[in-house]
Amino acid sequence: MRIGPAVVGGGLAVVAAILAWVLFVGLPNGTTRRAPPVRRTAAFPPGAVVAPGRKIKARLFYVADSGTKLTSVEQDVPYGEGTVEQARAILTAQLAPAALPFVSAVPAGTTLRALFVTPNGEAFVDFSHELTTAHPGGSLNELLTVYTIVHALTTNLPVVTAVQFLVDGKQIDTLAGHVDLRRPLVKNLSWVE
Amino acid sequence: MTKALSAAFAFGVVVLIVVTLAGQGPALTLVSRDGRRPVSLTVVGDQEFVALDDLAAAFQLTVREESGAVTVSYKNRTIVLTGEQPLASISGRLISLPARPMRSGSRWLVPVEFISRALATIYDTRLDLHRPSRLLIIGDIRVPRLTIRHEPLGNAARVTIDATPRTISAISQDGSRLTIRFDADALDVTPPAIQSQGIVAAVRVVDASTLAVDLGPRFGSFRATTETIETTTRLVIDFAATQTAAAGSPAPPPSTSSVPTPLPGPPPADLPALRQTPSPIGTIVLDPGHGGQETGATGPGGTLEKDLTLAVARRLKTAIETRLGIRVILTRDDDRSMAVDDRAAVANNNKAGLFLSLHANAAPRPTVTGTSIYVASFGDADLARAPLAADRVPVFGGGSRDMALVPWNIAQMRFLKQSAEVAGLLEGQLQEHLPQFTPQVSSAPFRVLVSTNMPALLIEMGYLSNPDQEATLAGGDFQNAFAQAVVETVTRFRELLAAPGGALP
Repeated sequence: MRIGPAVVGGGLAVVAAILAWVLFVGLPNGTTRRAPPVRRTAAFPPGAVVAPGRKIKARLFYVADSGTKLTSVEQDVPYGEGTVEQARAILTAQLAPAALPFVSAVPAGTTLRALFVTPNGEAFVDFSHELTTAHPGGSLNELLTVYTIVHALTTNLPVVTAVQFLVDGKQIDTLAGHVDLRRPLVKNLSWVE
Repeated sequence: MTKALSAAFAFGVVVLIVVTLAGQGPALTLVSRDGRRPVSLTVVGDQEFVALDDLAAAFQLTVREESGAVTVSYKNRTIVLTGEQPLASISGRLISLPARPMRSGSRWLVPVEFISRALATIYDTRLDLHRPSRLLIIGDIRVPRLTIRHEPLGNAARVTIDATPRTISAISQDGSRLTIRFDADALDVTPPAIQSQGIVAAVRVVDASTLAVDLGPRFGSFRATTETIETTTRLVIDFAATQTAAAGSPAPPPSTSSVPTPLPGPPPADLPALRQTPSPIGTIVLDPGHGGQETGATGPGGTLEKDLTLAVARRLKTAIETRLGIRVILTRDDDRSMAVDDRAAVANNNKAGLFLSLHANAAPRPTVTGTSIYVASFGDADLARAPLAADRVPVFGGGSRDMALVPWNIAQMRFLKQSAEVAGLLEGQLQEHLPQFTPQVSSAPFRVLVSTNMPALLIEMGYLSNPDQEATLAGGDFQNAFAQAVVETVTRFRELLAAPGGALP
């Protein structure tokens, strides 16, 4: 007697379904409750901890008409529980493609990998490699990129006093050969209109 | 008949011009292993002529005149000349001359260039004509070309002598004269006219291989140093005024007082500084931004920032070295990647007196134009640090000594004031030479600046992202004007440093 492939596949599917039910539904609830919440939000975007539908007003930064400074624009961004989650929500909105007529100084394709804030208010922000590899160069471009991020965090979150840049999890010297990123950068209003 | 009369008239006019305008002042000096020999020159207008029979005597030539043509022979080789054309024929090949040969009485005169263009091609031994110094070098002998500069610096002065190719020299003082003997058979030199301020009165040629520096009544002491720069040996002689003369400011002209008048007051601050540090700016390091894989900004026309910065740096190096006599080092002189810290290290390790990092900018909007001059900025935490103090450190062989330990990432902090001074000077010069670039001074935490241990600027010359400025930046007119502005900035900054109270911190 021969057993067909369809029968074997169907059997495996049933076994998998039972196993999944045992693991995620049938076991005592305490098993899933013991997992720290941060693990569920480690992957970005952190939508799981952002209250659905609730918004806050935040100032995001774009290139001013003069082309030599930044200007701030008030926008709705999702509410985040706590400083870190709110910082993620703000940066996610800041890194999103700018709606016309705004121009972003952050290279397209840049995403946020991770973020944490130290007790003394220094935000360590880890970006994807596009922040450097897609950067067009020029010290003005670089200054505007850096201070877009710095001001997006320090203006909206008073507890954040400085920003340390990381790319792909590592400290970097500069984005494109100019601004010293070895140490956290503080707000500098001379770059904002 | 008319033609013959015209020719005769023209010949008469030429002879008349030679007779009336020719001067016997200058002479061409023939220099060989056997010694020096003057040959008189005749000047007509701007052209110098030498007599063929003088050359014949010096070089064993045979000169024959036949049917209006002059034949100059050396061994079996001949040169044919006529008085009708500025040409010489050498074995059927025509060589141009700057003027026609001409007769003066019984002698034929030929343009002095005849020696290098015609005679040198048939002569056995090398003939090397140095027009500015009126030297004719015969054979392979050592005749370095000397370039002499005199810089009055208030209560001090500097004489810089560049000898090319490299030549050893010895210097000694004999009363009111310094004697500089070069290891050479002759010198190719034109001594500069010196506006004496009482310390250095004159620089003159004493003999074939010796220069003299005549010292003025305010002369106090001197110090000489030499360094080798590629194929040149540079001799730098720093002079200081006497203490009594230095106390008086401004310096009295030597012509009005042979004895300096002692004035009350402490010794000027710049005198000991000059003795410890011969020049306020001995070396300038230019940093052509980016390089190699790191191209920097790119213009819409394809201009790469790394190429532009290197081209300008090379041009600037030549301008500063030739006009100011300051050694210039480039952090890179080819297309290669270089870490930012390595660039600062070149300046720090060479103890540069000024560091200029050259860049071209890019902006998000293509309408942005202009030149930006940046000095370093530091955060409040850095600025709040205690003043840097000397630390006692152990030394090799035992014991310890005080040593100023400067953190690498804030080395620039103690030079911020001087950097701002240079930035202001450059802004003024750029406004004068390149007003359309509306230069502005800003500050930013630029990595290449914060680690430099001397006055330092980062200069964004213009915006490659603007198509018009991209084209302008790549052009010679812009680059020459930019170089001019930087040279004058360095000149003024050097004067500031040399002024009383202007010494380095």
